[in-house]
Amino acid sequence: MTAPKREEGQSWLGARFPVSRLWREHLANYYVPKNLNIWYVFGSLALLVLVIQVVTGIWLTMSYSPTADGAFASIEYIMRDVEWGWLIRYLHTTGASALFIVMYLHMFRGLLYGSYKAPRELVWILGMTLYLILMAEAFMGYLLPWGQMSYWGAQVITSLFSAIPWVGPDLAQWVRGDYLVSGVTLNRFFALHVIALPLVILTLVVLHIMALHEVGSNNPDGIEIRQHKDDTGKPLDGIPFHPYYTVKDLLGVAIFLFVFCGVVFYFPEGGGLFIEQPNFESADPLSTPDHIAPVWYFTPFYAILRAANFSVLGLDARLLGVILMAGAIAILFVLPWLDRSPVRSMRYKGWMSKIMLGLFAISFVGLGVLGVLPSTPERTYMAQGLTVIYFAYFLLMPFYTRWEATRPVPKRVGR
Amino acid sequence: MADHGINKARRRFLVGATSVVGAVGVVGVAVPFVAAWKPSARARAAGAPVLIDISKLRPGQRITVEWRGRPVWIIRRTPEMIARTRALSPDILADPDSRQQQQPAYVSGELRSLKPEIGVLVGLCTHFGCSPLYRPEPDAAEPGSDEWSGGFYCPCHGSRFDLAGRVYTNMPAPTNLEVPPYRFLGDAIIELGEDGELS
Repeated sequence: MTAPKREEGQSWLGARFPVSRLWREHLANYYVPKNLNIWYVFGSLALLVLVIQVVTGIWLTMSYSPTADGAFASIEYIMRDVEWGWLIRYLHTTGASALFIVMYLHMFRGLLYGSYKAPRELVWILGMTLYLILMAEAFMGYLLPWGQMSYWGAQVITSLFSAIPWVGPDLAQWVRGDYLVSGVTLNRFFALHVIALPLVILTLVVLHIMALHEVGSNNPDGIEIRQHKDDTGKPLDGIPFHPYYTVKDLLGVAIFLFVFCGVVFYFPEGGGLFIEQPNFESADPLSTPDHIAPVWYFTPFYAILRAANFSVLGLDARLLGVILMAGAIAILFVLPWLDRSPVRSMRYKGWMSKIMLGLFAISFVGLGVLGVLPSTPERTYMAQGLTVIYFAYFLLMPFYTRWEATRPVPKRVGR
Repeated sequence: MADHGINKARRRFLVGATSVVGAVGVVGVAVPFVAAWKPSARARAAGAPVLIDISKLRPGQRITVEWRGRPVWIIRRTPEMIARTRALSPDILADPDSRQQQQPAYVSGELRSLKPEIGVLVGLCTHFGCSPLYRPEPDAAEPGSDEWSGGFYCPCHGSRFDLAGRVYTNMPAPTNLEVPPYRFLGDAIIELGEDGELS
């Protein structure tokens, strides 16, 4: 038995585990474009919020009871009797909304600077998968307090499966494990929320970052910095991630935590958006709340679901709504192949791309607002109009990105 | 051995055969895990179909039974009640043709039932889930409307439904009353929660 041979200055651990190699490849010698702006802070922030969610989530499970009889009371127990329980819970509820805020900004950054374009398609797809799984994670987590909105939201969303022809009703029943959402559903959502999905999420985070580090970060100019290297192979327009961006991100973290703590301490319900009012009442299968709205981060898609109030091609309104809603998310996955522009960044794209991205952002926010409000005929017309814009952004992209005149992209990042 | 070279065909066969057997194994193992998500025996027993004898239900009467934790009404409509329901103007009903998915596909028409005289409805207002009152006669004072021709009246927020559970226009309740799945076993027995070949 011989010990692994140590190189000069290598530690005992270093001879047995690639500590310094990982440090070099992913931090100290990982070169990032020098021109990254504020939009590039949200990836790190998403990771930070995820850590907050995991830690607070573990502490919440210590006092939570995943049964129909005990769930609501155990949340009140956490809020009133567990030492600092209110803080841990508010960090978790605010963290859920914060995660979606930073994720939406992170994704918008991708749209703005074409971060999804080759060679970063896989980074985008892994990120989209992560977003999809996080939506499932958030939806299942929202059932756990077993309040009125938890219950009826889950009832409405699991009913979406029953709109699928033939297998629908059986599928909905299979997901719920009962004829209606019940303690059985609660128990299984708990298992998925605290074990199954977090494992998938953490794996996807690692894959997302590994895929990113393989191809390198994009930048606001959309210039490929790895095409211009010095004699030692370092990109001329790159700077090491550590210490430059770790320090820059740290400033972002400080500002973020300032705002985050302000919400946690002073507006933990987020004006009824982060914790909806009907959820202060225990779930009651015999009494439906006046108006069922999902949490704000689902409302753009919920508005698309509700916008379908007519039938087309033999599809009834309900199924059409489900198809449109699923399509609104699915189409994001193929975005790298819809964009035919020779340039990445909005800075060098033409006016059509700029207008379409602006319209898309307006439609997404507009649908989000409409999804929170109770529906009226006028709002349904607005939602239909915005849904058309939402899809037009993607479906027309192969045409306007090819037709429009683009500006030449500089070879190097300017000063 | 080594100097015979690699038998690629055999290697391909072995990889293929191992993969197929492995895949069969994965599918086999998946069966109990997928099946464990179906309603358990306890959930099925709690939601099992209910048999109701309606031979003693006289014209105009209503009985209430419990099914899956919810009240279900069974009414025997008189010919006069049927005529009144059919004569209702579609303009005063929010969904006269039952377009919203509040009933099984085999239940249709103005009366929303398998037999014209027997009505089966979930007795919960589609607004807030209160249980509406049975007011079969048009002269009932409570609803206080000249267009009222008898049916169900919710005391909580004033929603009105006709004798087929169809909601009137401009009511707090958004949809007609729900019709549960059911079928007849003979003339006098209703099986609630089981529609057999009907679906």
